[in-house]
Amino acid sequence: MIHISVQQSAIDIATEMARAEAAGAGAVATFTGLVRADDGVGTLELEHYPGATEAALLKVAEGAVARWTLSAAIIVHRVGPMHPGERIVFVAATAAHRGAALEACAYLIDRLKTDAPFWKRETRGDASSWVEARDNDHAAAARWE
Amino acid sequence: MTIRMVYFAWVRERIGTGEETIDPPASVVTVADLIDWLAKTSAPHAEAFENRARLRAAIDQDFVALDTPIGAAQEIAIFPPVTGG
Repeated sequence: MIHISVQQSAIDIATEMARAEAAGAGAVATFTGLVRADDGVGTLELEHYPGATEAALLKVAEGAVARWTLSAAIIVHRVGPMHPGERIVFVAATAAHRGAALEACAYLIDRLKTDAPFWKRETRGDASSWVEARDNDHAAAARWE
Repeated sequence: MTIRMVYFAWVRERIGTGEETIDPPASVVTVADLIDWLAKTSAPHAEAFENRARLRAAIDQDFVALDTPIGAAQEIAIFPPVTGG
């Protein structure tokens, strides 16, 4: 089972966990990313490429399911304006045992960061700026190649 | 051959629009050629495309390198390196 969602609304962990557990596996590994208040960030806005984003996330999820024989891969990513402390991304991998679930969970978030067309814009007070891509994100994604 | 161009993040802001329809000459073969040609069409395009190392592209919603031939592309996207997650 693969579930992909790119949404304006808040990410509901209980709903997503229920979806993961319903896949009927022995192990569920999850990662949740929250908006950080780096240097006084008040608002974080996420722009994306509709259509291409969902296709890219589906490809990441399919890659994980095939590599670790998962019973489920879930990727939920928020877009639009959000604030520090709010959930920006949630991924889950379910497998028979913890090793595969934990590795696949790391793969899902590492690949999502470099393979899906999202762009972050931070606002601090009256000033806003686009977030620069980080080299270490590419290093994290490359370790799965 | 008309192509739908789409732009995101600061590329979109510098150009001043999120999409436009273009009709490049036959001499435009690759995405890099297209960027060169577009950069000559207006000052905002030139500003948006001034640093190639900071540009990424997709042809018909698939990520591609800038030296990829545009072929029979219907939609080409130009954008900064992605920053999701």
